[in-house]
Amino acid sequence: MAELEQRGERTPAPTAWEYASAPESREIVKLEERYGLFVGGEFIAPRSDEYYTTINPATEEPLAELPQAGPEDVAFAVEAARDAFANGWSAAAPAERAKYLYRIARILQERSREFAVLESLNGGKPIRESRDVDLPLAAAHFFYYAGWADKLEYAFPHRRPQPLGVAGQIIPWNFPLLMLAWKIAPALAAGNTVVLKPAETTPLTALLFCDVLRQAELPPGVVNIVTGDGATGAALVKSDVDKIAFTGSTEVGKAIQRELAGTGKKLTLELGGKAANIIFDDCALDQAVEGIVNGIYFNQGHVCCAGSRLLVQESIYEPLIEKLKRRLKTLRVGDPLDKNTDLGAINSRQQLEKIEELVAAGKEEGAEIYQPPCRLPEKGYWFVPTVFTNVAQSYRIAQEEIFGPVLSVLTFRTPDEAVEKANNTPYGLSAGVWTEKGSRILWMAQRLEAGVIWANTYNRFDPASPFGGYKESGFGREGGRHGLEPYLEFAEVSGG
Amino acid sequence: MAQAPALPTGFELPLEPRLPRIGSVDQVAVEARATDLSRRSIKREAKLFALDLAVRMMDLTTLEGADTPGKVAALASKAVRPDPADASVPSVAAVCVYPNLVQTAKERVADSGVKVASVATAFPSGQSPTDLKVAEARRVVELGADEVDMVIDRGAFLAGRYAKVYDEIVQIKEAVGDTHLKVILEVGELGTYDNVRRASLLAIAAGADFIKTSTGKLSSSATLPVTLVMLEAIRDVYEETGRRVGMKPAGGIRNAKQAVQTLVIVHETLGLDWLTPDLFRFGASSLLNDVLMQIRKEKTGRYQSPDYFTLD
Repeated sequence: MAELEQRGERTPAPTAWEYASAPESREIVKLEERYGLFVGGEFIAPRSDEYYTTINPATEEPLAELPQAGPEDVAFAVEAARDAFANGWSAAAPAERAKYLYRIARILQERSREFAVLESLNGGKPIRESRDVDLPLAAAHFFYYAGWADKLEYAFPHRRPQPLGVAGQIIPWNFPLLMLAWKIAPALAAGNTVVLKPAETTPLTALLFCDVLRQAELPPGVVNIVTGDGATGAALVKSDVDKIAFTGSTEVGKAIQRELAGTGKKLTLELGGKAANIIFDDCALDQAVEGIVNGIYFNQGHVCCAGSRLLVQESIYEPLIEKLKRRLKTLRVGDPLDKNTDLGAINSRQQLEKIEELVAAGKEEGAEIYQPPCRLPEKGYWFVPTVFTNVAQSYRIAQEEIFGPVLSVLTFRTPDEAVEKANNTPYGLSAGVWTEKGSRILWMAQRLEAGVIWANTYNRFDPASPFGGYKESGFGREGGRHGLEPYLEFAEVSGG
Repeated sequence: MAQAPALPTGFELPLEPRLPRIGSVDQVAVEARATDLSRRSIKREAKLFALDLAVRMMDLTTLEGADTPGKVAALASKAVRPDPADASVPSVAAVCVYPNLVQTAKERVADSGVKVASVATAFPSGQSPTDLKVAEARRVVELGADEVDMVIDRGAFLAGRYAKVYDEIVQIKEAVGDTHLKVILEVGELGTYDNVRRASLLAIAAGADFIKTSTGKLSSSATLPVTLVMLEAIRDVYEETGRRVGMKPAGGIRNAKQAVQTLVIVHETLGLDWLTPDLFRFGASSLLNDVLMQIRKEKTGRYQSPDYFTLD
């Protein structure tokens, strides 16, 4: 009777709850129509007299014109850096260098909303990520290396560390400001000056950063920024620098290494990856699903350490895939500036085409594709979060780096098989292990050939933790005390 | 009505075989996920929707030694008509009172549709012999309660005597019959998310219609991660068996913002189906007025003085 009564009074569930749009305001960002090269503390017109347009990938709307720096421009910037190195910076008291780095860190924190909005505007990443990840981490990097600037002798006892001179730095488009921080902070802490080239598609936060440098009163020429495409990068590699630090594709990394062979210039490379995210059947399942999502859909999968190969223990395969698919339906794809957006725009048309090509290959090779129902904006570059199941190790989507929101799922039976499959790749940047068994985490970590191994989490970064690859994922480490070493040379001291 | 699985009582080890996969919960990751979800920006019509829903899902509660018929009558009137100045504000789901005040509450809510819930089973500690708890639960139903909120025996649970906890819930479920049974886990005393998940699955397997976080008598109670862990347990049971179990966070939800965040977690964990008072409730005493203030603000664009909202 009571039951009938209750049934009669059942309150129907609603049919929809649309979150009203919640865009972060663009007003805080002031864009110039046309930018110059930042050399010797000034914005100057390029001698090449060539410009290109950078756009908002979410709308294809043009944002500003940037110089396409030629070899002459690059040489001029390197000269400015060389002057600054010789005339003051290399001889400055280490605590002085720390002072500027601390200032930069604090100004970045103060202006973080402005930078976050610009990062999302120019790169397409969700404001949630630029606000909560990119900006706090960029500032943290400057804070961290500021602390090392006057303690180098303690970082490397008995080795008398010396700066190299001028560092040429080439960074990618996936974390524009964060990669700038990873490069500039250790270089300056070690006493070098730099010429940095931001990625062709995402130069705007690097140029806004020049404003921070002025505000911090960093001596002119210590940091110089040149914009342009791959040709500008090639010119920087060929220029009179003492070191090249590159983050980007393995293909370009190899070309740089060939170019620098025999020149005596130092080199560090942080290249591609095809990381295995390994799920054991005793893991905390719902949290593993979050880790998988964060591993591959964070920043639209434009992450070199993305967990793009999911290795699932067969005994848990079905419930895990069910949970993953259900979770994908709640991902919100759209306007990067909306605070509720989980996946933003693909960074460029070129990248979108590459993703589309590999996804087509995956379908053709016989993998099963799942994409949640999803309304994409009409303009701009977009790709629906995608999962491929039934993937064989031999498929292109299991071998090649896609650099997009596309996950390939493979299975394994035993820990040995998981290690074997995880290591069966030319890359070796990162890996994830999900298990509640502590001993297994350590066992796996000893055997996985990857520079970074996350246990029961993924895509977590900290300035104190070194980051870098095995095999074709590159060499050299960024972050931590290790991250200073590529910017120093050492005179061995005997008898210490 | 969902039936507890037919299993022998007094069998001490059987959690795994009688439940779906128990699994475990990673503390760091579940807290991070709850924080992420709490950052959803819910504005304008989406917010108004959530606030209206929060009112309809509320179990307006007073559980004090000092409760009197006068106090409960005032509360019950407020439950029926939360905002006398705005007739579009719905009634709450239920009033929740001690057994001695059930009849007073029943008379006051009359045929308004507002339910009367009462606590039983040696609330809040649960530290009494099972036969007394069963008798109390049965009596509460006789007194006219539409819903019974029982507490689990945390002493037994923490001693690893899961079967005792389980059997007790089964017996109480039998005693209350078709009356809606909410099982309070008192998460603040369970210590870990693993235990919260374990206790949730145990209560559901034993026949709970709802699982509820807390008695409201402890300072640590219905946090967002705890709510998330319990909702995930409910989701796993639903996926495995098709059975829909309700959820009631109680204690610690004091303002409208927390209520909206909680509803976002329900929405993104279990979907729209659970956004109804049949499957989700808020147990609260001071939450209602803040929600009413926010509703008025969304409708008029202005905040108004707390003096315009009744204290009951």
